[in-house]
Amino acid sequence: MKTAISYPTVGAMGKTGTWRVFRPSLDREKCIKCWRCWIFCPDSAISRDEYPVIDYEYCKGCGVCANECPVNAIEMGREEK
Amino acid sequence: MVSFRGEIVAIKDLPLDEYVLKGHAACPGCPITIALRIALKALGKKTILVIPACCTAVIEALYPKTAFNVPILNIAFEASAAGASGVASALKMLQQKDITPVVWAGDGGSYDIGLQALSGALERGTNFIYVCYNNQMYSNTGIQRSGATPYGAWTTTTWTGKKERQKELAEIVMAHHIPYIATATIAYPEDLFNKMKKAKEIKGSRYIEILAPCPPGWRFDMSKTVEMSKLAVETGAWVLYEVVNGKMEFNGYSKRILEGKERKPVEEWLKMQGRFRHLKEEELAKIKEMLDEKWKEYKKLYSSETSPDK
Repeated sequence: MKTAISYPTVGAMGKTGTWRVFRPSLDREKCIKCWRCWIFCPDSAISRDEYPVIDYEYCKGCGVCANECPVNAIEMGREEK
Repeated sequence: MVSFRGEIVAIKDLPLDEYVLKGHAACPGCPITIALRIALKALGKKTILVIPACCTAVIEALYPKTAFNVPILNIAFEASAAGASGVASALKMLQQKDITPVVWAGDGGSYDIGLQALSGALERGTNFIYVCYNNQMYSNTGIQRSGATPYGAWTTTTWTGKKERQKELAEIVMAHHIPYIATATIAYPEDLFNKMKKAKEIKGSRYIEILAPCPPGWRFDMSKTVEMSKLAVETGAWVLYEVVNGKMEFNGYSKRILEGKERKPVEEWLKMQGRFRHLKEEELAKIKEMLDEKWKEYKKLYSSETSPDK
């Protein structure tokens, strides 16, 4: 008998980006790379490259990153489509 | 940047490893996943999570997938500490010394339902870390009152405001004389990371409590999670300390308050939350009075710990 084990999967609940109503967008010129958006993202959707990279496939649009940015480099705009 | 005690003091130095994978089932703006991400960065891959019924059991997502990249044991509501005792014994028999069993339970599963199992495990000196993320209510089942709900707060079962005071689980745990107890919150990730790291290195029972402001439960905007957690510390509604082998030390902003910095008025924190919207003048006065009383106690503890004759 096979044991019922769950395996770690990215997107275990599907593409959670579809939940989003407000879309964060980063202004690279303002960004000071303090990485507060990265550490406070509840969805691990911001990764670290030269600048923060937002994964729109999984970002739920909560706005914590925009609220915590000390220089207001992230702006929340309504999702269009 | 690393301080002279070997503690990480800048966010950019926190490890890049992610153990909470994208696309989990948490509400937008959830404090639990922020806390768990930081905690698992400190604990590393060699961790076994024991999770009772709580929000985190839902965040994991459904069979056959899971959103956490560490082994998890899901267990009944009241049995998390007992289950972790079993895991710890098994690891001891297998001589796996570098694997840490960690309970990740909510305040319902710690303050109310899991308290006797927790007390038993602490008394036996089980080699594990118990983390209670405290959102001050049963959020998962739809916002019911728990032992951690503060005086005056609205929940679906106390809809005119809770009439009783919350209990202090960290102080109950302190009475078990375990080697490490700490309180933390998500607004100070370096502090939380260092406390987790410190707990990992100590042998025996360790207890960490994390304040997790819940946007749908506390009735505030989902983007304000971290701000709310920071305000809780700045107004004195939450306190940061650690107790190592019975010696109490306050940290961060709470220490600065005890050194003479003015506490922000607690109304600032209360009025941001819809659950305190109905508060009357006399109830607000009572909350303030209870808070002042609590801080008088902390002040006494602080001065006795720092007095020169000790």
